[in-house]
Amino acid sequence: MALTTAPGRTSRTGPVGPRPTRRGAGRARYGEGLAGYVFLSPWLIGLMGITALPMLLSLWLSFTDYDILTPLSEVRWVGLANYERMFTADPSYWHAVRVTLTFALVAVPLKLAAALGVALLLNRAWRGVGLFRGLFYLPSLLGGSVALAIVWVNMFNRDGAFNSFLALFGVEGLPWVSDPDWALQTLMVLAIWQFGAPMVIFLAGLKQVPVELYEAAAVDGAGAWRRFRAVTLPMLSPVIFFNLVLETIHGFQGFTAAFVLSNGTGGPVDSTLMYTLKLYISGFTDLEMGYASAMAWVFLLAIALVTAVFFSTGRFWVHYSDGDDS
Amino acid sequence: MTALTARRRPGNRQALRLLVLVAIVAVVLYPLVWMLGTSVKSQAEIVNNIGLLPEDFTPGNYVEGWTNFDISFGRFFLNSAMVSLLTVVGNAVSCLLAAYALGRLRFRLRKVWFIVMIGTLLLPGHVLIVPQYILFRSLGLVGGDWPYLPLLIPHFLATEAFFVFLMVQFMRGIPRELDEAAKIDGATPYGVFRHVILPLSRPALVTTAIFSFIWTWNDFFRQLVFLSTLEDYTVPVALTLFIDSTSQSAVGPMFAMSVLSLLPVFLFFLAFQRMLVEGINTSGLKG
Repeated sequence: MALTTAPGRTSRTGPVGPRPTRRGAGRARYGEGLAGYVFLSPWLIGLMGITALPMLLSLWLSFTDYDILTPLSEVRWVGLANYERMFTADPSYWHAVRVTLTFALVAVPLKLAAALGVALLLNRAWRGVGLFRGLFYLPSLLGGSVALAIVWVNMFNRDGAFNSFLALFGVEGLPWVSDPDWALQTLMVLAIWQFGAPMVIFLAGLKQVPVELYEAAAVDGAGAWRRFRAVTLPMLSPVIFFNLVLETIHGFQGFTAAFVLSNGTGGPVDSTLMYTLKLYISGFTDLEMGYASAMAWVFLLAIALVTAVFFSTGRFWVHYSDGDDS
Repeated sequence: MTALTARRRPGNRQALRLLVLVAIVAVVLYPLVWMLGTSVKSQAEIVNNIGLLPEDFTPGNYVEGWTNFDISFGRFFLNSAMVSLLTVVGNAVSCLLAAYALGRLRFRLRKVWFIVMIGTLLLPGHVLIVPQYILFRSLGLVGGDWPYLPLLIPHFLATEAFFVFLMVQFMRGIPRELDEAAKIDGATPYGVFRHVILPLSRPALVTTAIFSFIWTWNDFFRQLVFLSTLEDYTVPVALTLFIDSTSQSAVGPMFAMSVLSLLPVFLFFLAFQRMLVEGINTSGLKG
């Protein structure tokens, strides 16, 4: 096989230059070109019908005053009015932006810090690691559900478990979930509680750090903190980056817990009005689907922007030990 | 200094580490145990005894919760199970087909499609919900005879790019020599898929199936949007009905049904713990 192809070319599809004839002829007889599209067709139909077409439709709708009640053919084009309203005339929109940003900026770093901290505690192999890892991971499986959000809200009620815990120390708690200053914080705690998923990723990353680096650092007299700063953090930076991107995007989309806490209103006093909840209320409660579409597009662009910022700043602090020069 | 003394006495350090871990486990598990305990407390105890466990065990909340609405909770469980299982089938089949094409076959524009697929990985579902709702509604599928079609159709069209990606990554590990050998024996791409890729992809299919089930079982947003009559409700949507009636008397039954709703996920966790913990999260790191 290697005889017929140039070195370093084995995995190319080969649109550049003439292909070695025997392989080309073999491929044609094998019928990969057609088969590729046969196998891809469900995905392609989905891409067109479930993703691309709705995106375009929503872009168009964002310039209209469409509500679900009037037929699509009678929709009025309103130009940039939806965007104008969003940015200048709808204080609750900015409120939703602020709530979402606050949630992501606070909950994501704390969640990742918890994940990394526990991963470091679990890092060395010893009996019982598997059990702990499993138990810490469990909240990540259950935490996104309505059931757990219900439990959470009750736990931080005036007479919930959290306040009875505080009472042990003689502290009188607040009705956290109905206090506009604290409701969002209870949702952040719920997010942090689900630190297991990024923790597992950190554990996998920690396994890749060569022991020799720690030994060399120890020989040079580096203490535990110094070894963490100088070896663990840089070696782990690709994994930190991966987790940061994933969790931030995930954090922007928090919906279920905020919906349950506020019974779908974003209350108390809009304090848990996450962006997706605001979008849901506009689209499906107020039936202003044109307006909701404009919101969805801004959301999409914001997420794309945040991702782009992550990737462009990543090269300043993400250290790839094997891929730098090649 | 402390690091030095600790290193001299590794036993101490290990004990401290264990102590910290046990404390974290206690905090992490507390909400779950409290939920379980509250679900078997009597009405009076829910108000007066906020401790973890009930003084006397009363399973009445489960009976009451099961029959709390005009329609038995069993119906919601059946609906949820049906949606989740069909989603599993859809994801497994459609994502495997797409992954075979993108990961294994050579055809025009393959790289372009692969990049597009990666691009849809980060696309938030909330962005598409309004236009999808409008499209499915114009096709008469929202609130139709069988209102689950808008929930299921996307999964039969491999729109869950995460699983496509997972399977492409997995297939990279299957030796190409097997394909070549089958080709020499005269197999077509369909034959290679049937006799080589399909049987060897079983681990990736199992991972996809388990996570499809759990995610769909827990999913709320799409089910909330697309289901509008009580008898069609799935478990998460039905659970929110309890919140509407915020009276104290509903807390016990609400907790009981919450516990039941988490049970399938918990059983999956017990059965496949190792695979769940290792399988999915690290898959994005390879390659």
